[in-house]
Amino acid sequence: MSVRRLAEVQPESFEFKPATLKAAKAHMANFPPGRQQSAVIGVLWFVQKQEGWVSEPAIRAVAELLGMPVIRVLEVATFYTMFMLEPVGTHALVQVCGTTPCQLRGSEALMEVCKRRIGPHDHVSADGKFYWQEVECMGACSNAPMAAINDQYYEDLTPESFGKLLDDFAAGKTPKPGSAIGRQGAAPEGGPMTLVDPALYDGSRAKKIKIPNLPQKPSAKEKA
Amino acid sequence: MVGILQDKDRIFTNLYGVHDWGLEGAKKRGAWNGTADIMAQTPEWICDQIKASGLRGRGGAGFPTGLKWTFMPKQESERPHYLLVNADESEPGACKDREILRNDPHLLIEGCLIACRAMRAHTAYIYIRGEYVHERERLQAAIRQAYDAKLIGPGNVHGWDCDVRVTHGGGAYICGDETALMESFEGKKGQPRLKPPFPAGAGIYGCPTTVNNVESIAVVGAILRRGAEWFAGFGTEKSTGTKLFAGSGHLNKPCVVEEVVGISVKQLIEDHFGGVRGGWGNLKAVIPGGISVRMIPASECDQAVMTYEDLQARGSGLGTGTMIVFDKDADLVKGIARAAYFYKHESCGQCTPCREGTGWMWRVMERMVRGEAEMEEIDLLLDVASQVEGHTICGLGDAAAWPIQGLFRHFRHEVEERITSYRARRGSYPGASIAAE
Ligand SMILES: Cc1cc2nc3c(=O)[nH]c(=O)nc-3n(C[C@H](O)[C@H](O)[C@H](O)COP(=O)(O)O)c2cc1C
Ligand code: SF4
Ligand code: FES
Repeated sequence: MSVRRLAEVQPESFEFKPATLKAAKAHMANFPPGRQQSAVIGVLWFVQKQEGWVSEPAIRAVAELLGMPVIRVLEVATFYTMFMLEPVGTHALVQVCGTTPCQLRGSEALMEVCKRRIGPHDHVSADGKFYWQEVECMGACSNAPMAAINDQYYEDLTPESFGKLLDDFAAGKTPKPGSAIGRQGAAPEGGPMTLVDPALYDGSRAKKIKIPNLPQKPSAKEKA
Repeated sequence: MVGILQDKDRIFTNLYGVHDWGLEGAKKRGAWNGTADIMAQTPEWICDQIKASGLRGRGGAGFPTGLKWTFMPKQESERPHYLLVNADESEPGACKDREILRNDPHLLIEGCLIACRAMRAHTAYIYIRGEYVHERERLQAAIRQAYDAKLIGPGNVHGWDCDVRVTHGGGAYICGDETALMESFEGKKGQPRLKPPFPAGAGIYGCPTTVNNVESIAVVGAILRRGAEWFAGFGTEKSTGTKLFAGSGHLNKPCVVEEVVGISVKQLIEDHFGGVRGGWGNLKAVIPGGISVRMIPASECDQAVMTYEDLQARGSGLGTGTMIVFDKDADLVKGIARAAYFYKHESCGQCTPCREGTGWMWRVMERMVRGEAEMEEIDLLLDVASQVEGHTICGLGDAAAWPIQGLFRHFRHEVEERITSYRARRGSYPGASIAAE
């Protein structure tokens, strides 16, 4: 378990921007009437997109929107580690995956780069642009080591390529996400060795087929 | 040809995102083909076919998918039925569902429709891990296409009203557990529920619910199109079909690939993952199924095959089919200590053995990395691990114990050597002068 608390310094208030509110309401519509609470993680996420982090007044506003007790929203915001409970850097929130598969391929060296360039983890950098943290497996282990920067995955990193990415972010750019060594998704380096048969892609698979093992008399009428 | 599986028998034909992920491209590759004929069948027929295919859940536990579907009530009532697709993919080593979500989302959407029919559900929710932002947007776009084409939704061309909706998590591994997933889905902390009640009786909103992994659902259309016996023709009697495998760690070309279940560990590594860094002889150990299973040492990797039964017999497991490879230069103890930290970080804190045990095990493991421990602590650690295992609400407790048990089963001598050499270096314990000679 990780213990997470709200920041000591909090803003006076929070206001939904129209676009945030619209997105929040659209997400709430995914759930049956009376079950808006199901949308809480999504709504907190939109709030974080708007503000960069989740503040105490924002938690109150979300509780009001969803008709939830404030304590329930607070519980959610502190339980889920994706919610940043204090302001982060203006240019990049850098999340380096440190779990074993990434560790085996050099995540520690990436974190050294962060320490050198940004400073201690879980703090805003001196110039206010960066904030970095070590996170647990991001589900991209075949492209390890990796870091998520502002929600985009940057993969197959080396300290050099990673440093270059940080330069770009510092300069206000958004480098292209994905593999730093030009891999196509999770294909092997050098290009796919499978899925090369052209017949898979020539449309022959879209021709009308007969479903095997159908019962003698199709039972369309028997629908439950 | 590399590996065993031929291209013509692959289900995930856009695994690498080389082709169009959208509806046009997916249809051209065979998705949504014959779906209407499938949907015209009874739920029983669909369940029987999936049972006959031998498909087992791809989320880790390997429970037979068709059988699981039959646990749902046979009649619709005022409590609607739900399919909840587990796209939380947070198991270290696992990165396969991601490729389906972003590159072949229509296979998943079609699978949702068919599975809903099989379980008399009219709503499928896909719960995707929060960090997969791009994958979520891709999936949502594909769902929109399917609605626009009236393939799903109310009054769709398949005659079975079915909504497919996306929701997401906030970065918590524990939400992959099916009951924690349901809590999280309902907008609460992701703390697993006690069973019973089982989800098929009372799941989300107290309604009948089935939780399935992304891959389990995404293969359903292909199985029914090509026939249960086609799928069952791959692998062994107990481990059938094709599945996605992923490789990470000390491999020359780590990647995700679809292969037959039952491919040998060696062939998977050599053919698809570019071999072990430094060659096969440089292999030290493999964790075959995501970090939550016990490792197998190199000496067994010549014979081991990727089936549920073979890996289980080796004290390990197929899990999610996503392997982590350690070469001889790897610091195995450190790798497992990092895994222990992961479980400590991800424990939901609900039960004492897990909350206290994972933290304790991690701290001891960290000292063992340096050798800064007493010899007796090894047995103490194993004792604690066995007390966590099987004594918790959810499987995270077991998962935390297994990697440590696997390490000591096969590499206990390494930790012992570390402790000995640490003492020799420090020489600050009773009898040090003798040992230093
Ligand atoms: C701690 C824990 C984490 C899990 N994480 C996942 C996950 O990320 N994805 C998944 O599909 N199943 C995960 N599972 C397994 C699920 O509980 C469940 O068995 C599975 O989703 C069922 O789908 P299947 O039968 O299709 O495999 C996890 C289980 C535990 C105990
Ligand atoms: S075993 Fe751990 S993660 Fe699972 S319910 Fe108990 S405390 Fe939570
Ligand atoms: S361990 Fe880093 S992405 Fe999985």
